[in-house]
Amino acid sequence: MASNSSSAQQRLRIIAGHLQKRPEEENASVAAQECKAEAPRSEPSSATPVPRRRQEIMKWNGWGYSDSRFLFNKKGQAEFTGKRYRLSGLILPSLKDWFEGTFGANLQHRSPATPSLNLSAVAPPHLNQPFVEDLKAAGLSVSHDPEDRVFRAHGHCLHEVFALREGRIGRVPDVVVWPSCHNDVEKIVELACKHNVCLIPYGGGTSVSSALECPREETRSIVSLDTSQMNRILWIDEKNLTAHVEAGIIGQDLERQLNERGYCTGHEPDSMEFSSLGGWVATRASGMKKNIYGNIEDLVVHIKMVTPRGVIEKSCLGPRMSTGPDIHHFILGSEGTLGVVTEVTLKIRPVPEYQKYGSVVFPNFQQGVACLREVARQRCAPASIRLMDNEQFQFGHALKPQVSSIFTSFLDGLKKFYITKFKGFDPHHLCVATLLFEGDRGKVLQHEKQVYDIAAKFGGLAAGEDNGQRGYMLTFVIAYLRDLGMDYYVIGESFETSVPWDRVLDLCRNVKERIVRECKERGVQFPPLSTCRVTQTYDAGACVYFYFAFNYRGLSDPVHIYEQVEHAAREEILANGGSLSHHHGVGKLRKEWMKASVSGVGLGMLKSVKEYVDPQNIFGNGNLL
Amino acid sequence: MLKKRDDFEDILEERRRSSDLRYALRCYTPTLYRGLVPCKASMLKSIVLQSDHLQYVIKQVSSESGESTEGVSEEASLILDEMAHCLQLSTIRFFAFTLSKAFKRLFRSVCVNEEGIQRLQQAVQEHPVVLLPSHRSYMDFLMMSYLLYTYDLPLPVIAAGMDFMSMKFVGEMLRMSGAFFIRRSFGGDKLYWAVFSEYVKTMLRNGYAPIEFFLEGTRSRTCKSLTPKTGLLNIVMEPFFKGELFDVNLVPVSISYERILEESLYARELLGIPKPKESTSGLLKARRVLSEDYGSMYVYFGHPVSVRSLAEGKINRSQYNLLPRYIPQKPSADTHEFLSDAAFRLVRIQEENMVLKPWVLIATLLLQNPDGLDLSSLAEQTDWLRHLALAFGAFLDWPDHEACSEVVSCSLALHRHLLSVSAGHVQLSVTDVPQVETTPEEAVFHQAVVVLSCASYRNQILHVFLRPALLAMAMQSANSNRKDDVYNGFNFLRKVFSNEFILCPGDSVQDFEEACYLLMKRGVLQVLEHEIVMSASGHSTLAFLSSVLDPFLQGYQVVCRYLCEETNENLTEKEFIPAVRSFALKLILAGNTCYEALSSDLQKNALAAFLRLKAVRKLCLFTFLFLCHTGGKIPTQKPILARL
Repeated sequence: MASNSSSAQQRLRIIAGHLQKRPEEENASVAAQECKAEAPRSEPSSATPVPRRRQEIMKWNGWGYSDSRFLFNKKGQAEFTGKRYRLSGLILPSLKDWFEGTFGANLQHRSPATPSLNLSAVAPPHLNQPFVEDLKAAGLSVSHDPEDRVFRAHGHCLHEVFALREGRIGRVPDVVVWPSCHNDVEKIVELACKHNVCLIPYGGGTSVSSALECPREETRSIVSLDTSQMNRILWIDEKNLTAHVEAGIIGQDLERQLNERGYCTGHEPDSMEFSSLGGWVATRASGMKKNIYGNIEDLVVHIKMVTPRGVIEKSCLGPRMSTGPDIHHFILGSEGTLGVVTEVTLKIRPVPEYQKYGSVVFPNFQQGVACLREVARQRCAPASIRLMDNEQFQFGHALKPQVSSIFTSFLDGLKKFYITKFKGFDPHHLCVATLLFEGDRGKVLQHEKQVYDIAAKFGGLAAGEDNGQRGYMLTFVIAYLRDLGMDYYVIGESFETSVPWDRVLDLCRNVKERIVRECKERGVQFPPLSTCRVTQTYDAGACVYFYFAFNYRGLSDPVHIYEQVEHAAREEILANGGSLSHHHGVGKLRKEWMKASVSGVGLGMLKSVKEYVDPQNIFGNGNLL
Repeated sequence: MLKKRDDFEDILEERRRSSDLRYALRCYTPTLYRGLVPCKASMLKSIVLQSDHLQYVIKQVSSESGESTEGVSEEASLILDEMAHCLQLSTIRFFAFTLSKAFKRLFRSVCVNEEGIQRLQQAVQEHPVVLLPSHRSYMDFLMMSYLLYTYDLPLPVIAAGMDFMSMKFVGEMLRMSGAFFIRRSFGGDKLYWAVFSEYVKTMLRNGYAPIEFFLEGTRSRTCKSLTPKTGLLNIVMEPFFKGELFDVNLVPVSISYERILEESLYARELLGIPKPKESTSGLLKARRVLSEDYGSMYVYFGHPVSVRSLAEGKINRSQYNLLPRYIPQKPSADTHEFLSDAAFRLVRIQEENMVLKPWVLIATLLLQNPDGLDLSSLAEQTDWLRHLALAFGAFLDWPDHEACSEVVSCSLALHRHLLSVSAGHVQLSVTDVPQVETTPEEAVFHQAVVVLSCASYRNQILHVFLRPALLAMAMQSANSNRKDDVYNGFNFLRKVFSNEFILCPGDSVQDFEEACYLLMKRGVLQVLEHEIVMSASGHSTLAFLSSVLDPFLQGYQVVCRYLCEETNENLTEKEFIPAVRSFALKLILAGNTCYEALSSDLQKNALAAFLRLKAVRKLCLFTFLFLCHTGGKIPTQKPILARL
């Protein structure tokens, strides 16, 4: 049976090879950038890609670059604007049907955003004059321009973006300051202590835990410390394969600059286009290729952080130490409550010789999870392996660009026929795993075979590189898609957890069902999109990601309903043995569960550290504790 | 207070009009659970035997006992063989045919609330379903399967006591119609418990079939609901607690009989005339029952109760996070409390949906008037009682356009074997006893059979009057009208009788308020801020209510007197019942009328209550009781006992 299917699969591949020229296979060193935005080649890499006035290239009330967005054109077809992405400029013919069918939405019913920021809605800054003067005297770049302040008053939680789209502006920082090096930060923190102002570190602004929200009860002047100008790679040590980098650098710049020197960190969180190194450290980030490179805690060798008590760092670059509890672990995940991470020494690796996407179709989600579990058991997970459920598989399909050649569409038809009719997969149950292999060519091919062999044992059929690549593309454009949804009364968000293997299926089913049920109970007319995928595998469990969105037409307070449902979903996750967060962090959004998650004593430990490091609560963003 | 209840449909009507054979052979396509994992009965066994849970327990048992794992596995497999059902549609069809015939002879009608069936249809599709019927007769589960077949619902698998298995042919028949058999007691047997619980859970998780069991554990011989057992309830809830199922729907079903088939059998059993062992020949002999008229039967399917919503805010499911789920875990104290609370609530739902016939009212009145009543005054009082019962929310099935006297005489006719009617005077009495010379003791027992049979009808309505009656009693024995005095008395009575009646532990304030509310609404009481005052017109109602509970109070008093007067230091548990019985017999022969004190059910409940209240102490398991009674140690009990 397995050999039968793999030989049939082999035949299909050969047919595919005949029908289609595959230029990618020749120049094999294409990196993951294919999926994400490509920086214009002409630009020298030393230029700062993140300007101080971010609003010049990025949306003030939505995700990502101003020039890139989804829209339905006059013919009702979806397209993606701009030139930065592979999808840019392409028509997505099936998105409209999927969108209308899934959400019961209608292109006639629009809910457009306020076009521009109403400056009068922004409260005048509450300035601590002596502090500002001292900053200026120290030669630091400072602004209290309303646009700058509004831009740094939020992350990308649904309620934050929704409010901006409606033109509602809450408490915003009173001052923005841009340090350009570690010493600047030391100065700023010193002055903040002296004048007792509240500092909120700001990196890429991609938080989804309300971590950047200004605490309502804060009466002091709030200063947003924007690290974006601290973006240099200070040195690269090729003997030890480490790089010393300023913490404000954003993921894509770091990776690009290292690539130019033949290296990479391999840390690729889905937000890497915008999120910063310091942010990764402060939230315990995870990258999709952690199976090869590790999560952020595995990647850091040395961290330098400025706290109100002074600078905390280790004295050497030893790869591991037994010196009591690892002080890095007070910093990792501290979410800006203890200080500002200024410089980080990271492990680097040579850029892999060869990279290959892949995908496997399974008859159902259970089989898919069983396969991932087996892959994890054999410790042979590729750089990335993700399993999408059926709804997400269909979502991915809706993002297929218009096919240019009749052969491709013929081939697609043939594949579909083969899978659903010949192999008897039910299109409403099948699900797909996307794969990314990395390494030297020979090993990648060998590795690929091993994984596909395991998959075959669970009824999986290899389904080509395209499907795989599209799966990864989805992660980079999903946030843009949310903005499109919000133009048509659809709101949604994602959240994640980690869970032991034996509970993955139960947790996925229960949380999805809970979402559907809670929506119904709260009067949401059309059943929501409630979908999940397994995005990371570990020895003892997996990371699961949920997408949840619904049509809110006719609801008076959709955001509140959204929040109630998300709250219920989190309760369900915790009740099913899932963690409070795998990598998004706690922020203010999930604070209420901290005590239950880490025990009263655990919380007390963290509090006492905060008490010692920052007795004045200078870093008063109110996250975590 | 008056609840909207569904209308009934008589399913026998259709059976009387069309062919039973065609009905038994019709196309049966039940609605199925949407998450169903299709599997055969034989596959079920191997899933159970290979489950992580059972494998874990097998290894544990083997390492504890030194037996080989193969040996223990073999043992587990044998247990499963003994237990497992092998549901076959052909058997169901056979039953559909024969039961149609039987039901038509036995009953005038079998009434079902079709809205309940529709709700069940919905529930069956959404989540795995557990059916929780009340248990008054052997008929119950046959009827349940019969109904589900009739309405194209999935056939249940039914937890049945092992005693059925001994009926050679019938046991196997029941097995083929979906019964699985559990030993009555397997307290410490880990392996048995593991096989049993895994078997039930597997069926539930896979949505194999609705699970049916009796919360009360056994048939109630007295027609009062029995204190529910929580063991099986825990098993069916655990898959939800552990996240293996999103939800489980519990469907309480109330089955009531106008006349119970086992009526006098039960009375005899309660009086210590041993229950005939279940045997096929015994069943055949019971054919005689087929020739009698048992009136109507009612089956009310209650609203499905979601375990998820029951547990909301009461069970912290993350308590199961830190242990692999296949390792059996004793329920925590919280869980225990929740289970017992849920079980009580479910039994109360069963009670509330139990249909009551006019005879129940008449039986109540006749028991209160041992010397009998004139027909006219019986009719008048029945009518009064009917209004009282309705005001208290009783689910009374009273014929619509008939005069009260008409209704009364119809009821009397159906139950004539318990009565003597002469010259317009009705009295409970022995009718069908041969007029040979009997000893006085025998005469007492004959009369007691009648009284206990009749009491089993009165008991059906007790849940309606219970709380107001406790309040009425408390008011009579309280020294003052002060609310807290009355409440203390109420609370004490509640404690004394909590083995006798369904009183949710911890609900005493609620119960008290409910009682006050009902009596206030009826104009019997005025409830002021600190006082409870009887209104002028309230006397008769209060008198009636407290005499409803009188037989129980008297019975408990007899047990108490026996313990105080007759026993020396030690008494074995075995000796207790016969000893109390002969003590009560002596009292009756001396002119007391406490017939219900002869009931072994009451005696056991009283003993359990005294044990619980620490008036009596159990010295060592199964052997000795030591009494630390002597009045002074149970002071609160004194005023009430003194009053009698």
